[in-house]
Amino acid sequence: MVYFILKRMIQSVFVMLAVAFLAFSLFRFVGDPVSQMTGVETSVADQERLREDLGLNDPFVYQFVRFTGDMFKGDFGYSYRTRQPVADMIASRIPATLELGVVALIISLLVGVPAGVYTALRPRGALTQAILMTTLVGVSIPTFVIGIMLIFIFGVQLGWLPTFGRGGTVQIGSWESSLFTIDGWRALLLPAITLGVYQLTLTMRLVRAEMMEVMRSDYIRFAMARGVPMRRLHYRHALANTMVPVITIIGLQFGGVIAFSIVTESVFQWPGMGLLFLESIRFVDIPVMGVYLVVIAFFFVLVNLVVDLLYVAIDPRLRISDVS
Amino acid sequence: MIAFLKKYEGLWLFVHSPAAIIATFVAALIFLGALFAPWIALVNPYDLASFSLFDGLLPPAWEDGANPKFLLGTDDQGRDMISSILYGARLSLVIGISALTIAAVIGVGLGLAAGYYGGRFDAIVMRIADVQLALPAILTALLIDGIARGILPAAIQQDLRVAVLTLAIALSLWVNFARTARASTFVQMNKEYVQAAIMMGQRPMRVMFVHILPNILGPLLVILTVDLASAILLEATLSFLGIGLPADSPSLGTLIRIGMQFLLSGEWWILWIPTLFLVALVVSINVLGDFLRDIFNPRLR
Amino acid sequence: MLTIKDLSVKFPSRFGDFTAIEDVDMSIKPGEIHGLVGESGAGKSTVGAAVIGLLQAPGYVAHGTLTLGDTDLRSLTPVQAHKVRGDRISMIFQDPQTSLNPLMTIEDQLIETIQAHSDVSESAARKRAVDLLEEIGIKNAAQRIKAYPHQFSGGMRQRVVIALAISTDPELIIADEPTTALDVAVQSQVLDLIQRLAKERQIAFMLITHDIGVIAQVADRVTVMRKGRVMESGDTAQVLGAPEHPYTKALMDAVPPLDRKLDRFRVPDTDGALPTQGDVAENWLLEGDQHERTGLSLENLTVQFLGPRTSFFHKPPPHVALDNVTLKIKPGSIMGLVGESGSGKSTLAKAITGLVSPNSGTMMLGDTELPFGKSRNRHHPSRQLVQMVFQDPYSSLNSRHRIGDILAEPLWFYGFVKDAKEREKLAASMLSLVGMQPDAITKFPHQFSGGQRQRIAVARALLARPRFLICDEPTSALDVSIQAEILNLLKDLQSKFGLTILFISHNLAVVRQMADETAVLRNGKIEEVGETHTVYTAPKAEYTKTLLELTPVMPSSWES
Repeated sequence: MVYFILKRMIQSVFVMLAVAFLAFSLFRFVGDPVSQMTGVETSVADQERLREDLGLNDPFVYQFVRFTGDMFKGDFGYSYRTRQPVADMIASRIPATLELGVVALIISLLVGVPAGVYTALRPRGALTQAILMTTLVGVSIPTFVIGIMLIFIFGVQLGWLPTFGRGGTVQIGSWESSLFTIDGWRALLLPAITLGVYQLTLTMRLVRAEMMEVMRSDYIRFAMARGVPMRRLHYRHALANTMVPVITIIGLQFGGVIAFSIVTESVFQWPGMGLLFLESIRFVDIPVMGVYLVVIAFFFVLVNLVVDLLYVAIDPRLRISDVS
Repeated sequence: MIAFLKKYEGLWLFVHSPAAIIATFVAALIFLGALFAPWIALVNPYDLASFSLFDGLLPPAWEDGANPKFLLGTDDQGRDMISSILYGARLSLVIGISALTIAAVIGVGLGLAAGYYGGRFDAIVMRIADVQLALPAILTALLIDGIARGILPAAIQQDLRVAVLTLAIALSLWVNFARTARASTFVQMNKEYVQAAIMMGQRPMRVMFVHILPNILGPLLVILTVDLASAILLEATLSFLGIGLPADSPSLGTLIRIGMQFLLSGEWWILWIPTLFLVALVVSINVLGDFLRDIFNPRLR
Repeated sequence: MLTIKDLSVKFPSRFGDFTAIEDVDMSIKPGEIHGLVGESGAGKSTVGAAVIGLLQAPGYVAHGTLTLGDTDLRSLTPVQAHKVRGDRISMIFQDPQTSLNPLMTIEDQLIETIQAHSDVSESAARKRAVDLLEEIGIKNAAQRIKAYPHQFSGGMRQRVVIALAISTDPELIIADEPTTALDVAVQSQVLDLIQRLAKERQIAFMLITHDIGVIAQVADRVTVMRKGRVMESGDTAQVLGAPEHPYTKALMDAVPPLDRKLDRFRVPDTDGALPTQGDVAENWLLEGDQHERTGLSLENLTVQFLGPRTSFFHKPPPHVALDNVTLKIKPGSIMGLVGESGSGKSTLAKAITGLVSPNSGTMMLGDTELPFGKSRNRHHPSRQLVQMVFQDPYSSLNSRHRIGDILAEPLWFYGFVKDAKEREKLAASMLSLVGMQPDAITKFPHQFSGGQRQRIAVARALLARPRFLICDEPTSALDVSIQAEILNLLKDLQSKFGLTILFISHNLAVVRQMADETAVLRNGKIEEVGETHTVYTAPKAEYTKTLLELTPVMPSSWES
């Protein structure tokens, strides 16, 4: 068990290093950092000095090690566009994106898992067919179209909910949250649904497929043959076994949620990391792009480590290995 | 008799599935329309001379004040909506299909080899796939787009937009093919016909492509269909975000982005008609993908 | 107690209703073990599933009556039927590895089952559960009950499954191939347990199996089924010892006896081919130096695998698959290799064919040494001289290739026949030689049954002009009547072409029919080698004796 977790951690470190290398290569090779940081009026000598100061003349490996080390210390460099520290820019945007992503994920789980269970247990029901058809259309509508439709219906036609921005926020330490005001929740609702719908359909289909697979397994048939009460059979036996693979995929999907928040944030002008990333792409603001990458990969790796721990908690085969 | 019917089971299922038939019909219609766009479209939306501002903002034929010549109305530039959509769909499909082809070749090749050789090679390919997974499709695509902006001289950037977009989408989709091909290859590697071929001393290339590949085509075909839908969605999303194709060569996503400006005004058709087309196209492809999945994985039926 | 009358089960399909079983009659008394025997597709499992009400959708009972005691099982509502399950009827499945929920402790699974059917406190249920496990033969039950299924070995797991099945005191247990996945020793313990339970608790068992030896050993009465219909039914000794129905007779003729060697089985030899059509292939195989016989000798062969890694600091302990194996196979003879699962039989085959690389030892094919694993290059002559017939005919032929292409591949690959038309002709003739219609070359594997596919697999091996043939459990996936046909075929081909054969099987009776000499393998070590007759009649190793004793056989007094 310890070995399993350690192995996963080492793999995570590998993924992070690879992403850091990607970010570093971006910074180093896409355009010339020095000419980006200086204006046309800077002399060649000054440029050369800056190059030396930045360590750009050092050996490649050495530069990468220093780059990674700086990241560890929280020093992410400066934006080409705003000349501000990238760390501050990203940090101020993290709360908005995380709140959006987590609420969207919760919506997708709260609806997706029960719907998946229902459609798996009643594969031939009329409601099942209706749900399946709806979700098929659901995965086929691009996130931005869903956003536009929600804005059109609830914002423009009905005028019930705001169509952009975060609404009222509350400052808790350095965390700016929209979860503590009604206004904030009203603003959060449409973007979160937009982001959640796609994940929801994926979650539902996955739960359904896995659950149907489990329902066919020998141990479910044996439990059925022993007359284990149906409710217990479905939830204690089948659902628990379904969740083992489902949890893995949901962990993988979290990356998708964060990535698609780029689109949602753009549609709703939600001031999160995604919007920042889009702006930095438009202005070829390489340091921000690179750091955004690293931050996203870090969240992804973190969530997947948590998933591994959950895995160990659910599945005794990973916890206890002795066979006697 | 039963054996005969079973051989054509897929066909039988198809004939008895209204959803699959409608989806095929819709997809085929859009595909053909896109293919023959230069011949059937009223105007060429890329050619400023072929349309006129005087025809701007005309509603679809069934609304008041419409010009019956423009069945689905015109945009603010006076472009016929049908023509724009056909050309837009053409561009979306060209990008989607080329991206998919690249992704499939890379992914299936690497996946087959990883499954066949296993060991260290497999570990390396899968770690690369892990990194790719940590950076989801849309992010990869945006990133490649951003890099292209950084390296390519501004002069040729416009000319290479389609190529960059295609490459961006391809690189974000290869992992699906690689993982599926690898998993299926692993299953086949334990089959005795593969062991027999290896035992004979056949070349790895022959074992992989002559023996294993035909046996894993089923799941790959499903991925191919589903990912065609993903590729089209991805292209639309990128164009919608304004970093895909520019407004003078609009794809479906660009058309929707342009239409967004009319969300609050009365010209609903400029936004919703391209949207409807995009959704209809993707839904049809997804329905077909689902149908194929049912055929190749009958247990989920 | 259980009475089945005129039972028919249908599965509606898009090609019309498929009748799985038709007009089945059967009755079982309390404490009786009733064997239900038949080959694949006979519908035996469907009978069991219909009784317990767990037919796979969309199957349904078309007509007939099912009564348990006074209860008409067909008239029950789904809720009532679910109450009857466990309470009055229970079931044991084939594979103990998959029958238990991996995420729940044995304790949880036992307690929930007991509490589902009787209103007892949790502690009372736990006490009953511990007592049950003790009764079933699990030592230290009070502690072991806290364990998860994966912490038990296969045999122990099947005991736990049985404990679960009897935890609610059912009147009837349907045991669907309960020992098929088990080794001989464990099988005999489980069968003893079933007999004891039938006697002491007066539980009726419906014992579904394809293994006639098992039926002969434990069943009081037996019903023989074929293609959904009952062929014959009655006391076990009478039905198996003096079968009346022609099908039962043919079936009994195909069962290999453990205590003697038959020259041939009395089963049909061909699948429709005319005997002379194979002449071309026969002459081709006999031309040149092909009549030369080649032996194989293994010396001190050791194969180790790395175990799964569980720590960064310690190398995982190696798993020794083959331990100093020395074996000499005489040219032109058949060497039988028997052993239980995990004994290293297949590893030995893989080492010879180069799929697995041994750690030490030598392998000699005739006078040439066989290089190990990957160091054997693709053009080494042994790649052609050594051929193999695999266990699973459903996976040994590439389902996407035409039979003609599958058979022509060795001819093309080894450069025997340059012309494609000639290859096709020779392939067709070879099919006749193995008893198939030559027009099969235009078809695909899925158009053939398991037995036919195994014939094709044999033809493919012969088309490489092998001198040494490895048959790795070539009949374990086949029904007993098909097994007899394939064994006959292998015998004929071996004597015609002077092949040297390594015949691997877990089935002692089959090996006795085939082998000149027999080697017994256990945990990677050779326990005993010798003339087959001697090994079976006067075994030297304790292990061989145990194996022979525990293999279920028909009492010799029954045989006609």
